[in-house]
Amino acid sequence: MSVGDFIRNSQVWKSVFRHPAPRDRRNRVVVMLTNVFLHLHPVSVRKSGIALSYTWCMGGLTFFMFLELTVTGVLLMFYYRPTLEHAYNDILILRDVATLGILRELHRWGAHAMVITIWLHMYRVFLTGSYKPPREFNWGVGVILLVLTLLLSFTGYLLPWDQLAIWAITVGSNMARATPFLGYEGPGATFLKVGDVSLIHSGSDARFILLGGRFVSGETLLRFYVLHCVAIPLAVAVLIAVHFWRVRKDGGISGPL
Amino acid sequence: MGEHTLDKGLQNGLAFFYLLVALLNFGFAAYSIAGAKKRLAGLVWAGVGVLFLLHTVGYISHQGWMLSAALREFIDSLTGPVTYTMVSIVAFALLLYFRKFFVQPDVAWTILQLSLLAGGWAMTDPNFREIVAKEDNVPISMLIYSVAFFTWLALYRAVQNDERLARGEPVLEKVDDEKVLVWPDLVYTELICMILATFVLIIWAVLLKAPLEQPATSAKAPNPSKAPWYFLGLQEMLVYYDPWMAGVVLPTMIIIGLIAIPYIDFNRGGNGYFSFVERKFAVTIFLFGFVVLWVTLIVLGTFLRGPNWNFFAFFEYWDPHKVLPLNNVNLSQLVWLNVFHIPLDDFKLRFGDFLGPILRELPGIIIVGLYMLALPPLLARTFMRSYFLRMGFVRFITLVTLIQFMAALPIKMVLRWVINLKYIVAIPEIFFNI
Repeated sequence: MSVGDFIRNSQVWKSVFRHPAPRDRRNRVVVMLTNVFLHLHPVSVRKSGIALSYTWCMGGLTFFMFLELTVTGVLLMFYYRPTLEHAYNDILILRDVATLGILRELHRWGAHAMVITIWLHMYRVFLTGSYKPPREFNWGVGVILLVLTLLLSFTGYLLPWDQLAIWAITVGSNMARATPFLGYEGPGATFLKVGDVSLIHSGSDARFILLGGRFVSGETLLRFYVLHCVAIPLAVAVLIAVHFWRVRKDGGISGPL
Repeated sequence: MGEHTLDKGLQNGLAFFYLLVALLNFGFAAYSIAGAKKRLAGLVWAGVGVLFLLHTVGYISHQGWMLSAALREFIDSLTGPVTYTMVSIVAFALLLYFRKFFVQPDVAWTILQLSLLAGGWAMTDPNFREIVAKEDNVPISMLIYSVAFFTWLALYRAVQNDERLARGEPVLEKVDDEKVLVWPDLVYTELICMILATFVLIIWAVLLKAPLEQPATSAKAPNPSKAPWYFLGLQEMLVYYDPWMAGVVLPTMIIIGLIAIPYIDFNRGGNGYFSFVERKFAVTIFLFGFVVLWVTLIVLGTFLRGPNWNFFAFFEYWDPHKVLPLNNVNLSQLVWLNVFHIPLDDFKLRFGDFLGPILRELPGIIIVGLYMLALPPLLARTFMRSYFLRMGFVRFITLVTLIQFMAALPIKMVLRWVINLKYIVAIPEIFFNI
């Protein structure tokens, strides 16, 4: 008996893999049903539906970028403290001490790539009419995922705490103070008052809630860090589950009827 | 700016770039001859490959070829926000109308080669290079080429499918209709895609360091201060609309509009395959929104907007002291002051703080009111009557409202360019400017 056979016949191996390797038709079906990750897929699909010229693989790549960003993001969290005192220096140290390190690069370029791949995914879904019934709802879930992806990228942009970061977030978040009724420079906000007391001012408006202050500050850094590392990724993970599940329930990869 | 020679590192880089492009052309030539059986086209592409190879030789031997200053100035003199936007809109219209011509592989390949050649030569200009080669701007070059490629691919397949449908044949996606097992057919494709993506990311990460500027300080704002690149289309809209519109209302309408698409598109055709003819209206509107408004405005905001958000042509130095005359006027001024010779201040003096601004802005309020409220029923009775009848009231109003918000941007652009209009309605007292 060879070593390979010995391993494959051991109790440990058999407890992990319930059936032989997927070399024949039966086991290629079974493997899709007995592995939780592969189980995201159906057992069989239409051949034209999985052609690269049709799917562009952009949805899959977007998901892959999310996984890549999760892994590199967790590693970056080991080196980074979201405080005014440490944030910038931690990035400097990461750059200067780990000379050949590419951790931050993988994370930053991966984030840019994810924005592009999600746009191209939606582009493909639109141009093949795949949002049409019965997939209307899942398109909506996808739009929310797009918004969350942009928010992830936006919150992450602040964390290096350099000039690029703080001013990009300042420019972006300045929009919030112009929110109609809810921003102190937004139309209608002046009407929201009790007696002479304004309800919406620079210390209570939409921008203040976003930034945790009247301008981009240490509070903002903490707020964006928590949103970037915990809140938004969790929401994305839940919605990805819904998205994938609905792809299956709505009839799998789209195609002509 | 004064700079007369190209440094050797840059020339080596260009040599490598042209080598890659030459190899691409030799590959395409081989495909044309052996795969597509088009000998003449193959020879032409081989010739183009040799042309690029000559560039490689020139730069590897440090000839220092540069785009002539006169040509750069000529191109710059043609470029402005108006020409940029008009050219993209006209190009878009031509692309859709002559799609059968543009999707031919040889035509698309020609356009790609011209853009690569122009890009390579443009890189010899220091101002162009500084902006395009900025670390965080690299994704935008990727975006341009990937959107262009996938637009070509989608239209290529759409044209083929439309011809098949016209002949009564099944669409391409219907041809390989048999079922295959996900293991191995799909999981291996996914695995290969993941490996390729990892490979690309690692190469990208090794070649290009993530940017890190000076530590943050609220004391010194960089000029220009730019949002992250994917929001630069929105920042560009700030030229034409106040933040409450450009930064809040229009983005919200984009999100709502995207979610609403499946519910207002009543056309059941073109579900699950590329097609243009079956979905002319939907595809045209979406392509216009994504490619023309979203992507080209990002490109404009990134590459052509410099200090003080002034427009700078491709090869222009980003001079922070560039001053452009700002002589934009409000509609109220055009109407009351220029036509009736009534000073605008009179309104508040005569009618008070509440009624005064409303009367002052009445022309604009009427125009916006007509645009938003009178246009939908008008369209329902005229041009879009068939849509109205087929869609029903709610779907129709949603569709028209969304299109009105989308059209609000190009309309304001044209008004700004043609009559220097600043605001249609300007009530700065309550931050209500349109």
